Amino acid sequence: MTNPISDIGGASCILAVGTNTTVAHPIVGLQVKKAVQNGAKLIVINPKEIDLCRFADIFLQNKPGTNIALLMGMMRIIVDEGLLDASFIESRCENFDDFKESLKNFDILTVEKITGVPKEDIIEAARCYATNKPASILYAMGITQHIHGTDNVMATSNLALLTGNIGMPSTGVNPLRGQNNVQGACDMGALPNVYPGYQRVDDSVVQKKFESFWFQDLPSSPGLTHTEIFDAVHDGEIKAIYLVGENPILSEANASHTEAAIAKIEFLVVQDIFLTETARLADVVLPAVTFAEKDGTFTNTERRVQRVRKAIEPVGNAKNDLWITCQIAQRMGGKGFDFSSPFEVMKEIASVTPQYKGISYDRLDKGGLQWPCVSEDHPGTPILHIERFATKSGKAKFMPLEYKPSAELPDDEYPLLLTTDRSLFHFHTSTMTGRVEGLNVLDGHEFVRINPKDAARFEVTDDQMVRVFSRRGEVEAKAKVTDVCPPGVVSMTFHFPESRTNVLTNSALDPVAKIPETKVCAVRVEGMKQ
Amino acid sequence: MAEVSLTIDGLEITANKDMTVLEAALENSIYIPHLCHHPDLEPAGMCRLCMVEVDGKRMVISCKTQIRDGMVVRTESERINRIRKITVQLLIANHQGDCLSCNKSTTCELQCIASYLGIKEEELDLMRRSDKIRPIDTSNPFFDYDPNKCVLCGICVRTCAELQGVSAIDLAFRGFDTSISTFGAKPWVESNCESCGECIIRCPVGALMPKHQLRPSFEVRSVCPYCGCGCGMYLGVRAGRIVGVRGEIDNPSNRGSLCAKGRFGYEFVNHPQRLTEPLIKKNGEFVEASWEEALELVTEKFSQYRGEQFACIASAKCTNEENYVLQKFTRVVMGTNNIDHCARL
Ligand code: SF4
Ligand code: SF4
Ligand code: FES
Repeated sequence: MTNPISDIGGASCILAVGTNTTVAHPIVGLQVKKAVQNGAKLIVINPKEIDLCRFADIFLQNKPGTNIALLMGMMRIIVDEGLLDASFIESRCENFDDFKESLKNFDILTVEKITGVPKEDIIEAARCYATNKPASILYAMGITQHIHGTDNVMATSNLALLTGNIGMPSTGVNPLRGQNNVQGACDMGALPNVYPGYQRVDDSVVQKKFESFWFQDLPSSPGLTHTEIFDAVHDGEIKAIYLVGENPILSEANASHTEAAIAKIEFLVVQDIFLTETARLADVVLPAVTFAEKDGTFTNTERRVQRVRKAIEPVGNAKNDLWITCQIAQRMGGKGFDFSSPFEVMKEIASVTPQYKGISYDRLDKGGLQWPCVSEDHPGTPILHIERFATKSGKAKFMPLEYKPSAELPDDEYPLLLTTDRSLFHFHTSTMTGRVEGLNVLDGHEFVRINPKDAARFEVTDDQMVRVFSRRGEVEAKAKVTDVCPPGVVSMTFHFPESRTNVLTNSALDPVAKIPETKVCAVRVEGMKQ
Repeated sequence: MAEVSLTIDGLEITANKDMTVLEAALENSIYIPHLCHHPDLEPAGMCRLCMVEVDGKRMVISCKTQIRDGMVVRTESERINRIRKITVQLLIANHQGDCLSCNKSTTCELQCIASYLGIKEEELDLMRRSDKIRPIDTSNPFFDYDPNKCVLCGICVRTCAELQGVSAIDLAFRGFDTSISTFGAKPWVESNCESCGECIIRCPVGALMPKHQLRPSFEVRSVCPYCGCGCGMYLGVRAGRIVGVRGEIDNPSNRGSLCAKGRFGYEFVNHPQRLTEPLIKKNGEFVEASWEEALELVTEKFSQYRGEQFACIASAKCTNEENYVLQKFTRVVMGTNNIDHCARL
């Protein structure tokens, strides 16, 4: 996020696109409600009529996969009506003309046709966002999990730049990160193309630097991403995997493919707290500990690094992940893995990661710090891009964009579009929440949400068991007939091992971010005999 | 922030001019009995216990009266005390259940007010008007509502409406039957309640209480293990187990709020299915192994796959320190950049 959670409440306009905020990020949801209570305008863009719509002034229910067209359409209105922030664009941005040129493909009628949103609503939303300042954009997986996810993200930043809504309190472009430490895992370089602090592995200067930090020659070509790794396993190129705290059999798009790949791995080590669906397939399972049994830090979605503290002793013979990995490394002759505590690891992190340079456990004891925190007396950075952008020129670059349809659209054989979603009461593949009895009482199994029109058309009734088919597989779940989903769209979560939604989803990748398109795929729904 | 000065019971104090008399008093450590006031909520003026006398004549409800410069406030008078006592006696007389077995005991606002006012047991019996014990709503898996202990302050109702924007509950029925009810008087769990527990933590008495609550022997400040909001929380620990979670008020991300997962979703930590020993698959079956054996096997095998034949999938659930070490291991020891995690899922 460019801005902290706490300043969302102060916005005059909030644009929530591709985020089911009150469900997936309840605490951010509270801030949105607070802003609305204080008179802010709320614009919701979502294919489904989500809970947040109750508070919205404007709800744009677009067809899944059409965010770029919708956002570019709004920007075209803003430009045509002169509602842009010319002085901000002049002083802080570049490439505006190219971008403006690309808007010409997005006249309102075309946009209405692509998105299925009435043009009046698009115009109203554009005016609303451009004229109520400060305005904050929130987005989540509904933006990123598309074959054109990177372009989606750029569309949101174009919009913020166009209206000068960045670098000030209650503005910005705010991706809401799903898992508690997904931000931190990225910051730490648990990515195939960058070292800690987003320093590129294929930049030879950077590589030299890390070689001298770690006293070791390092590989210079970027590695494979999550989805590519399983493809490489399939092709026999990757033979051993060390998998820590993940359950790709349920979480990965096109999960049967992943499962087939895992069966081919010659040596699979899974380190986890439970015997997950994936762990069952491992050669060795190493018992790790939960957050309550270890010390360390998590970095939340607003870049706030916070201390996690050990509350209880590890259960049984489980060990903390840090110890386990360091043991393996040292036994394999690795140098620089003799850390005696997470405190020492943080010291090393601070020494190699510019954004974390000023972060230490002593400081964190007094409260979290938002990176970049570049020296011991730096207060941290709640708001990014106040004076300059993190580019060479210091200016933000407008990105010309074009609309591309999703990789797989409904057809005669698979007439419905499936989009994935989450439940308030469960988390990811429910490895943890599925073991909390009360949460299962509140939400115990998967539902296929389907519009009454489609239900009638495919002869499905409420609560009936149905089978959902895609080109990649089939799953069973109960139907929930509801107009939360528009005609033509069905939705499912992926929390429940009995209904493996990701068997259905498409693993077509965004070419840059390599995110699979789990938000859009074509399916068919059939009722089962009662 | 303009300050004004006023006197309360002869004490001169200054406070922000936007405060109410009750807020100014509490901020200056002067107690005025109150039951329906909550600092996070708009004043409701429901319990009338906070009544005070202003400028020697008017009786006002202090939680709804803004302070003025030069205001003279008296928190007690014979008349005020009489009214307060009757109000509280009525509440207690219809409050069923005994304090000793109530989990709220010692933190209960009603107890606190009763002892402040010096309520006596014998005064109460006269006022008991109904022996009817009303059913407790135990339908929610995480908490119960006991109408027999409810003081109808409406704090839960306002929490749900004002803070959560959910409005799952309201004051319903009339007279002695008045209680908190969900829309259509359905069992709590069937309402649109989101089980955030925000009403539970604000209930001033033992009417809304978490199920199976054990008081912790100590607390540890930490961070929620679920979503990216990163809510600050205190883990309540007792005999080596997590027995409760409390939101951290001072945390700038969540300011004490938590959702259902964060507040109630800790049972997995001490779940019987936790993995407690390393497992090695032999002939298709998992066999428990020592750490020594497991690590030796992993080390020996990994050594055969250095370079591009190896990949590490790290975790967005692990700490920064763990992820740092995982990527360092992959790059330095295994000699590949094949490391990723589920950021994209
Ligand atoms: S638990 Fe939360 S949603 Fe449910 S009634 Fe209480 S405040 Fe409302
Ligand atoms: S308490 Fe809820 S909102 Fe807060 S971090 Fe945990 S899961 Fe997210
Ligand atoms: S606290 Fe003022 S009326 Fe209840």
